[in-house]
Amino acid sequence: MARPRKKRNKEIFALGNEAVVEGALLAGCTFYGGYPITPSSEIMEIMAQRLPLIPNGSFVQMEDEIAGLGSVIGASLAGRKAMTATSGPGFSLMQEHLGYGCITETPLVIVNVMRGGPSTGLPTSPAQGDVQQARWGTHGDHSIIVLSASNVQECLDNTIEAFNLAEKYRTPVILLIDEITAHTREKIVIPNPDEFEVFNRIVPTMPPEWYKPYEETVRGVPPMPSIGSGYRFHVTGLTHDTNGFPTSRPDEVRELNERLFRKIDQFLHDVQMVDEVDTEDADVVVIAYGTVARSAELAVKQARDLGVKAGLLKLSTLFPYPRKATEKVMAKAHTLIVPEMNMGQMSREVKRVNNGQVSVRTINKVDGQIITPAEILKVLTRV
Amino acid sequence: MVDMKGTQLIHEYLRHNKKFPHVFCAGCGHGIVLGSLIRSIHGLGLSKDEVCVVAGIGCSGRLAAYVDFNTVHTTHGRALTFATGIKMAKPGMHVIVVMGDGDSMAIGGNHLIHAARRNIGVTALILNNNIYGMTGGQCSPTTPSGSFSMTTPMGQMEQSFDCVELCSAAKANYVARGTVFHVKKLDKMIMDGISNPGFGVVEILTPCHTQYGRKNKYKTPVDMYKTLKKDVIDIDRYNKLSEADKAKKVPSGVFVQKDEPGLEEKFYEMAANCQGGL
Repeated sequence: MARPRKKRNKEIFALGNEAVVEGALLAGCTFYGGYPITPSSEIMEIMAQRLPLIPNGSFVQMEDEIAGLGSVIGASLAGRKAMTATSGPGFSLMQEHLGYGCITETPLVIVNVMRGGPSTGLPTSPAQGDVQQARWGTHGDHSIIVLSASNVQECLDNTIEAFNLAEKYRTPVILLIDEITAHTREKIVIPNPDEFEVFNRIVPTMPPEWYKPYEETVRGVPPMPSIGSGYRFHVTGLTHDTNGFPTSRPDEVRELNERLFRKIDQFLHDVQMVDEVDTEDADVVVIAYGTVARSAELAVKQARDLGVKAGLLKLSTLFPYPRKATEKVMAKAHTLIVPEMNMGQMSREVKRVNNGQVSVRTINKVDGQIITPAEILKVLTRV
Repeated sequence: MVDMKGTQLIHEYLRHNKKFPHVFCAGCGHGIVLGSLIRSIHGLGLSKDEVCVVAGIGCSGRLAAYVDFNTVHTTHGRALTFATGIKMAKPGMHVIVVMGDGDSMAIGGNHLIHAARRNIGVTALILNNNIYGMTGGQCSPTTPSGSFSMTTPMGQMEQSFDCVELCSAAKANYVARGTVFHVKKLDKMIMDGISNPGFGVVEILTPCHTQYGRKNKYKTPVDMYKTLKKDVIDIDRYNKLSEADKAKKVPSGVFVQKDEPGLEEKFYEMAANCQGGL
């Protein structure tokens, strides 16, 4: 029997924002609802061109970001893989619906192409100022998954991952990229469908009258039918019992809130993605994410050439914070360096994990410019 | 199918596993709307799985939880945005949005006019009781000038929105106004709204005795229903009145009835053309 001929991977020259679209479509996204905002607008523009070409694909430009995420939640409840993209001010508007997505356990992907802030800030300059907003922007206590991407290929790969994690854990997933990655054009490889996994939400198999929409399962993630599939259930942003109806009974409230954390926290190994460069023997480890991680990678190489035992821990998952990976590099290193385009939003997490064990140096820059390899190298050679 | 009395029809559509009693006060019109909605859906012969009821926040927002359809209780003012996503994803479903006057015209005012402009094929039932009921009786965008509420203790100074004019100007396909006193007419309006291919709005005047009535000299809920009976008249009769008389009355009936296709229909037609042209 002839072996099936392997299709060659397609290579394209793409913007980070274009790569996000490619990743979303490969992951099975068929709905986009949103509101354009610089520097994320290309994602929406390309979606408007591509989605009508896909069976069942649909696209709608809503009147604001609040409406955008609302439509995404509606489409996801109706069984679609749905996403929106935005930037800082729009992301702020989405926060209430983000919380709604968390408590109703609705899978969806929000891409936030970060720009300088606060407020309208620097619309076309890079920043990493929305890190803690992604974690804690919405009111109430909740778990959440936040990813980042440091180059155009990762924009594609991590968008697929974002959809997979959203479906697997029934939760909103946020992909944070910065303006530089979003607007950098690079050669990327579009993988063949057999080269990556696509995860779809688990749908109930029991008869509709047995189904309880928010019942505990082994994984902590209840199966999710779509609206109109014969399973008629109530979805509410109010704290609800396992039937989905509002409750304020302490035992039911506690059960829901704890499960929302547990369903993600018991699978940290699956959720937390990091890359390590030269960390095995490193005395100094740079912890970086987004475009800054690229500067850091070059700085680490240059430092090695100068005889400094430097390494890089690149975070693809920002939240839940990759604690294990950080502890691993801390076991050997005497110094951690956290460069970021904000006043220290991620170094807070590093310091929390570090808890005074090793020295933590931060490099912070909020002038709308990227942190260069030279700036990181300077610190690397001094510690 | 049990269809002998209204109460039995209701039982077919209420959720028996929902924790009753409901949240509505004695004298509230929301229960009448719920009954009317159920009769309309039953009258159209829709299956429960074809219907999705989306509701906002407040007393009207609780309505969705009681009925055995696909139901979504959303955030304050944003019900129409969720409904837009659901309708685009499942164009075959009948998506019915239940909102209050604050929900639809204050916090959600932008979504209302854009849903109308977009002509998305959902049906909006706007339960207008001129007050924020669940929040404790503050004024709403439809609280009439001069009337009293917790936040207008000296009388409302602002003008109020006319839901029908607002939605007509925003180009909704179907715009009607009914009341919970004129129930047969209301049933018909809701049925027509659901049958319409585009965005349908039915403004339903419904009394809130607990919050509005007590502040505005309505001694009993019955007084409020009597006012609805007396002041709300058919649009044809209203048009024949003198300007001075018009000021005292509220017109009801169907104000706009168009047959334009809904956004989802137009979108999928365009998409089919695109895919066919590849």
